[in-house]
Amino acid sequence: MKLLIVEDEKGLRDNIAQFLNKEQYIVEVAASFQAATEKISLYDYDCILLDVGLPDGNGLNLLRELKSKQKRDNVIIISAKDSLDDKLEGLELGADDYLTKPFHLAELNARIKAVLRRKALGGGNIVRLGNMQLDFDSRTLSVDSTEVHLNRKEFDILAFFVVNKNRLIYKSALAEHVWGDHMDNADNFDFIYSQIKNLRKKLKNHGANLEIQAIYGVGYKLTV
Amino acid sequence: MKLLNHTLLYLSASLIFILSIWAVVFYFSMMDEVYDSIDDGLENYKMLIIKKASRDSTLLQKNRFDESNYAIRPIPRDIALQATEDFRDTSMYMEYDEDYEVVRMLTTYFSTPDEQYYELKIIASMVEGEDLLGDLLHALVWLYVAVIASAFIINNWVLRKIWRPFYRLQHELRGFKLGVDKTFNPPQTKVAEFKDMNDTVAELLRANIAVFQQQKQFLENASHELQTPLAIAINKLELLLEQSQGDDAQQLANAIHYLERMTRLNKSLLLLSKIENRQFAAEARIDFNARLQQQVADFSELLHYRHIDVEITDEAPLVRYFNPDLADVLITNLLKNAVVHNHDGGQIRIVVKADRFEIANTGAAQPLDAEKMFARFYRSSDSSTSTGLGLAVAKAIAQLHRAELTYRYGGGLHRFTFRLPS
Repeated sequence: MKLLIVEDEKGLRDNIAQFLNKEQYIVEVAASFQAATEKISLYDYDCILLDVGLPDGNGLNLLRELKSKQKRDNVIIISAKDSLDDKLEGLELGADDYLTKPFHLAELNARIKAVLRRKALGGGNIVRLGNMQLDFDSRTLSVDSTEVHLNRKEFDILAFFVVNKNRLIYKSALAEHVWGDHMDNADNFDFIYSQIKNLRKKLKNHGANLEIQAIYGVGYKLTV
Repeated sequence: MKLLNHTLLYLSASLIFILSIWAVVFYFSMMDEVYDSIDDGLENYKMLIIKKASRDSTLLQKNRFDESNYAIRPIPRDIALQATEDFRDTSMYMEYDEDYEVVRMLTTYFSTPDEQYYELKIIASMVEGEDLLGDLLHALVWLYVAVIASAFIINNWVLRKIWRPFYRLQHELRGFKLGVDKTFNPPQTKVAEFKDMNDTVAELLRANIAVFQQQKQFLENASHELQTPLAIAINKLELLLEQSQGDDAQQLANAIHYLERMTRLNKSLLLLSKIENRQFAAEARIDFNARLQQQVADFSELLHYRHIDVEITDEAPLVRYFNPDLADVLITNLLKNAVVHNHDGGQIRIVVKADRFEIANTGAAQPLDAEKMFARFYRSSDSSTSTGLGLAVAKAIAQLHRAELTYRYGGGLHRFTFRLPS
């Protein structure tokens, strides 16, 4: 899988590249509108992470160009602006997702994977891990072909773990992914822990061969 | 005191003074004229009597006033020659009044052709000074009242007319809200002074609005600019976290935690300035009953975990035009507030009526400071991680939609009421 990061801030660009390299992607970077235009016209990417506010041009114009050339690259807009209008404009122009700065790298990872999953032809929106199978369309989990009943939030938690498997997940990245703005209080981490305990129990009862490891004060890690 | 009454007060005070002086001058000049006129009459009469006496000597025998108004008596030549004509006021018994009345008397001397000398006294009835003074005073009081009354009426009419541009400006200014109104249009007038005042006020407000806008814009830009460095710092620490273990990892996690708190603060500030900059113009029909239900459902796991019992009573549908994003932020913030400041096993009671909804929660046993509660960065002591902006944001959202957000403590519950204008 080949990814392009279009971001003028070196720090952010390096962070994203470093993180995504570990996911076995081929990562290329462009620091300006100009550089990005060149890369896009020369190569195809599976996913482009596009910063809207570039110093030498609006990232949305890059998106327009991409669509006018009938290119099928997936685009995730990364913006410092948290406005519904911008989001809608980006999505209307054909972007696949919209992420507001600052974001957690695990969240970015989940978004990229979701986009790539939808792109994969024929495979359905399904992820397999060990003896588990997650269907993102019907939002169901089966272990050894037996369906395990999970509630909405439990599925979200597990899905987030699965796409970020073998990586450390910082606790509030999980909280934000699953509960959004409703959960930004440190007092609530006990609650998240209790939710994960329930999930673990369900997985264990159905014989899923994975482990959700809690790292005290930091977060969680899913290992197979 | 109104301007009208001010003028009237000064007018009545100065009028008393002016009218009093005028009355004194008037009295004396009138008395002077009266004396003058009577004395002239007496003088004329004197000449007529003397002329008549030279023709009809019987007149010279009339030495008592009786029914007429003169008396003649002979006097020795040497006294007559020394005496001078003299006017004076004296009193005389009047049959009609049955009392002594003031009369004017002319005492003069004349001689007949046969060298006989006589003293002639002529009287004329006089105005009574005291009566005149009383009348004058009476008239003066009425005059004063009449003048004040007409001044009041004229003043009222004229002032209202003349000051109309001023009152209009006053009205406009009273309705003006810095931060809400983007421009100020002073009322038009042709009066130079008001025009000048209007222009000055308009200029002053223009400068104020500009400064206010700049400041708001600055806050928004500053918050905006902070997002990227925050993002970089958080992500760098996340990458480092993956490579760390044990105590190091915890220290890093702690650092991220504080950066996240800063991010939340920053986001709330950004949201606040965006609300105040009116960047949430789009409105849609919002079903508050449904949104409340939805948001409570979103909180359900947390509520369940903390054994907080939620009861929603839909007394009436509350469907209004509102910004959809802000409706969600408003409800989230209020619900979050009700959860965070609650105790485990507590209660949340939500009541939706036709023009309002109330979110009431258990929590601290005493009422909170309703004054400070909606202020920015106000935090009750028990929560160190909240931004202190949640309720300030909710209040700003209410104000943007001309709604009211109020707090009261009653029945052991902290009650937040959001009331939309009808």
